[in-house]
Amino acid sequence: MTPVQAVIAKELRGYFVSPIVYVVGAIFLLIFGLLSYLYVVFAGYQAIQLMQMQGGQAQLNLNDLVFRNLFASMRFVLLIILPILTMRLFAEERKLRTFEFLMTSPIGINEIVAGKFVSVFLVFLGLLGLTGLVPAVLMLFSDFDWNPIWTGYLGMALLGALFLSVGLLASAMTENQIVAAFLSFGMLLIIWLISGLGTLMGDTTLGQVISYVSFMEHYDRLVRGLIDTKDLVYFFSSLVLMLFLTHRVVESSRWK
Amino acid sequence: MIEVHNITKRYGNITAIDRVTFSVAKGEVLAFLGPNGAGKTTTMRILTCFMPATEGTARVAGFNCADQPMDVKRRIGYVPETPPVYQEFTVSEYLTFVGNLRGMTGKALTSGIEQSIEKLALGDVRHRLIGNLSRGYRQRVGLAQAVLHDPPVLILDEPTVGLDPKQIIEIRELIKSLAGSHSVILSTHILPEATAVCQRVVIISGGRIVAEDTPDQLSARLRHSEKISVTIKNPPDDCLAKLQTIPGILHVFSAQPTGTFLLECALGQDKRDEIARFVIANQWGLLELRTISMTLEDVFLQLTRHEEGVSDPVQSVVEHTGAAQETTL
Repeated sequence: MTPVQAVIAKELRGYFVSPIVYVVGAIFLLIFGLLSYLYVVFAGYQAIQLMQMQGGQAQLNLNDLVFRNLFASMRFVLLIILPILTMRLFAEERKLRTFEFLMTSPIGINEIVAGKFVSVFLVFLGLLGLTGLVPAVLMLFSDFDWNPIWTGYLGMALLGALFLSVGLLASAMTENQIVAAFLSFGMLLIIWLISGLGTLMGDTTLGQVISYVSFMEHYDRLVRGLIDTKDLVYFFSSLVLMLFLTHRVVESSRWK
Repeated sequence: MIEVHNITKRYGNITAIDRVTFSVAKGEVLAFLGPNGAGKTTTMRILTCFMPATEGTARVAGFNCADQPMDVKRRIGYVPETPPVYQEFTVSEYLTFVGNLRGMTGKALTSGIEQSIEKLALGDVRHRLIGNLSRGYRQRVGLAQAVLHDPPVLILDEPTVGLDPKQIIEIRELIKSLAGSHSVILSTHILPEATAVCQRVVIISGGRIVAEDTPDQLSARLRHSEKISVTIKNPPDDCLAKLQTIPGILHVFSAQPTGTFLLECALGQDKRDEIARFVIANQWGLLELRTISMTLEDVFLQLTRHEEGVSDPVQSVVEHTGAAQETTL
């Protein structure tokens, strides 16, 4: 096992021997299931209404009525859930005084940051994979276009990666896990809310820049089934930026 | 093996260590002795590349801690004050993780784990969760981690804290057994520990090295001799050399303030009369003459008691013990 793999394995172990993954995972899946159920039932009502109005066989579009709404709601759910997964990553090491041990091991800070990020991202991908049960079950009862589903999942994976990297940064800033979680909530909410500011500014340069900085429009396009290089660049560059900042914060702790 | 040259570490305005210089030869055990907050941990953190020094250079096995941290880290086994253990691991899983982190694989890893488990007598608990182990066992797991890759340099920050007397003796035996093949720095504030396991002692206080010697010589110098402090009004330049010529005087140190000298003679002798005659005969102006006696514990306490403006160890000995046990002529 290479040092990075050792860090990943150690973090994964940390998640699975503690109750975190089970609690967070159970609640995440429950919310995902509940939302799916609600949207499907809601879609059913709409179909019945349409049938009564038009008197004929209405086409029930699950892509529009269920998945788009479901994926859009996931923004908020991920914002709440993911900081709970990331809050321990660095804060706990500091609290338990193992941080010093990691930093004096022959492993680079970038490897530590990468290892920790990859481990929590794997946990998240695992949870996301389990939600695949919902479209799989719906497929048995209805026909829908799979392409927006794939892009929606891609969007959730990218959005999740961004949220996790923000959470990792927050965790590197403090030795208190609660503070780390609130810091990442705060940062994510601000990134979310500035999209409103961008809309208010309208079609000015500043407005466009602000809208670009927020993840909203990038995620929305993916959920609608559009893969635009611009959005992929946004997610990857912001991920790299967050990991870089985490590296700097960890590095700077040596100087204090 | 370890060369520290004039390192200074400042945290903002606070100077944690101030121009510390020492070296450790291959196979030597050096004790870092000092009260809490003296700068022991800071020095160790600089040596282990956890933090950089503000000024000065530290080298481990020929590699500079500031420029080649990876090379240094590979050659160091470090036990911080709190054992760096993960509670959710069993002992052998933890050691496997540490080995992987240091790039050990396959047979080297397996044999390393077996040896360190054997060295620290962890066989009984190897499959237990570290979170369920007692403080003493955790401390030993922390040590096992440090010797796992058989590093040439071991840095142990208070390795015997929290252990029961039997375990303390075991750990000391272990450290002694490591000497010869490993260079060891251990910090402690327990004096007998330093005397028991170390070839050399560095006493550090307020971020400065106040004394450095072998335990034997420290106690010989400080306990097995009579010390007399003499203060002279008008000392000539060759005063020190001249004082040395008094029969029976073994060593003469100059101390602060100017004009104060510390003279040593063999145990059980009282040379005050001779010294007084000598100074008066030379018409230097005798201001003060007194004897000083102390134990090693006294020395340590006096050396490490911080006082503004006190920098010379001999001077601080004179100052403090003099106040307590003096016989003014």
